[in-house]
Amino acid sequence: MQISIRQLSKSYGSVAALNAIDLDIASGELLALLGPSGSGKTTLLRAIAGLEPIDGGRIRFGDIDATELSVQERRVGFVFQHYALFKHMSVLDNITFGLRVRKRKYRPAREEIRRRGEELLKLVQLGGLEARYPNQLSGGQRQRVALARALAIEPRVLLLDEPFGALDAKVRKELRVWLRQLHDETGYTTVFVTHDQEEALELADRVVVMNAGSIEQVDTPEAILRRPATRFVAEFVERDAAGQYTAAHPPPPRTVHERVARAVRVG
Amino acid sequence: MGAIALPQLTRAPSRRRAMPGFGLTLGFTLSYLSLIVLIPLAALAINAAGLGVGGIWKVLTTSQVINALKLSFGGALVAAAVNAVFGSLIAWTFVRYEFPGKRALQAMIDLPFALPTAVAGIALTALYSVPTVPSPGQGWLGVPLEALGIKVAYTRLGVIVAMTFISLPFVVRTLEPVLEQVDRQYEEAAATLGATRWQAVSRIVFPALQPALLTGTALAFARAVGEYGSIIFIAGNLPNLTQIAPLLIAIDLDQHEVGAATAIAVAMLALSFAILFGINLLQTWTRRSERRTA
Repeated sequence: MQISIRQLSKSYGSVAALNAIDLDIASGELLALLGPSGSGKTTLLRAIAGLEPIDGGRIRFGDIDATELSVQERRVGFVFQHYALFKHMSVLDNITFGLRVRKRKYRPAREEIRRRGEELLKLVQLGGLEARYPNQLSGGQRQRVALARALAIEPRVLLLDEPFGALDAKVRKELRVWLRQLHDETGYTTVFVTHDQEEALELADRVVVMNAGSIEQVDTPEAILRRPATRFVAEFVERDAAGQYTAAHPPPPRTVHERVARAVRVG
Repeated sequence: MGAIALPQLTRAPSRRRAMPGFGLTLGFTLSYLSLIVLIPLAALAINAAGLGVGGIWKVLTTSQVINALKLSFGGALVAAAVNAVFGSLIAWTFVRYEFPGKRALQAMIDLPFALPTAVAGIALTALYSVPTVPSPGQGWLGVPLEALGIKVAYTRLGVIVAMTFISLPFVVRTLEPVLEQVDRQYEEAAATLGATRWQAVSRIVFPALQPALLTGTALAFARAVGEYGSIIFIAGNLPNLTQIAPLLIAIDLDQHEVGAATAIAVAMLALSFAILFGINLLQTWTRRSERRTA
């Protein structure tokens, strides 16, 4: 689903969280919102989901004007930073929640719901864990359950808030590769928020660099590294990764998985 | 290296627990409980034993006593149920919304705690009674309700009203801190998955509150069963109709019928214990399913 955002504004008191944002997201694209904390990236993500009331502007999902639609009507898959899995429900019940709360008219039969849940569990490589509860899962597993739960409603767009923020470094790397593969398999339009430029540059088709409620640059990772549009972008992208990530020397793929992911992305 | 002598282990590491002070704290807990709770209750039981089972049974099977016990426990059950519903709503409003005067309202919730129960009783009676001669400050609610055919003062309904009044804070105060812990992110997640507001509250928030709600309701129930001061004013003293069990105890004591008073007291003790024990079991059960899931 193609998303277009026009003149999106939001302020908290006198502080502008979003400053007349214009952004077009192509169908099937994997887009990163990159910026320091307070740059408005999470506010933008939540505004797309309808979780954050906006002051002005329009949001379109394909041919639909989504600006006035409620959260429920927007049908976005949202993965929260800390996953927000329902603690008192099994993994399967979590994943199928979005199907089970539908109006009877649109609700699949019980066996069909179960089948879809199991299918999604296999997709996120957690087959056999349907009866577990969230507290019996590792961080990486929880994240994949949250993703499966978001995918269950066949969302118009998949939104992820700091998807790897709560994981340790090793798991983070693995999940990053896996998420890229999953995206390429399923083809959902995906937007994720991160403050980690390495994550944004390695994973996304295009990166939106945000600062103080405004977009500084929207471009491919290569272009952002090679031709930073503003001083802010140049400094933000180089900081931390100094020496490792420069325009002339992009990071070498480290594992077979990453090489595959890279080939998919470049190809 | 090695010039400084290290302290030597003079004792083999004993069977010490990871958390020290077990003996002391358990000893203190048991002595305190004995002194404050067990000894008075044991005295009550010994006193009643003097009557013999037959004697107790004879007291308890009089219609006046049976009706009083029914009213005490039945009324408390109704009051606790009413407060479970409305107390939850109040707690929800306090935790989730900001509005002018919230502080003052929150302080008011505690009033039934702090108020001498006789004051509450007099206030309720003045409010709900129907004065024969119109008098200022009397019957503000009693007169219009009477017009609708509802009598509160000197009826069983009045008993329930008083019980509801004094036990309200328990549900509100037990739920508030737990509700504050329920992150809104869960409701947001439910909303993005298509759940209506009602579905999010009933399927996501309510299960998280359930153990606390049970505790609060149990406390409210216990308080309502034990209430005396506020009820006797609004209930009057109509045998078989508005007499509560604690009032019968007081009457018996007044007439130097210590045996009968003790028998009723023992019955209340046994019933209260059984009910609270049942609630405890229920709680362990929900908590166990909680632990499995939390």
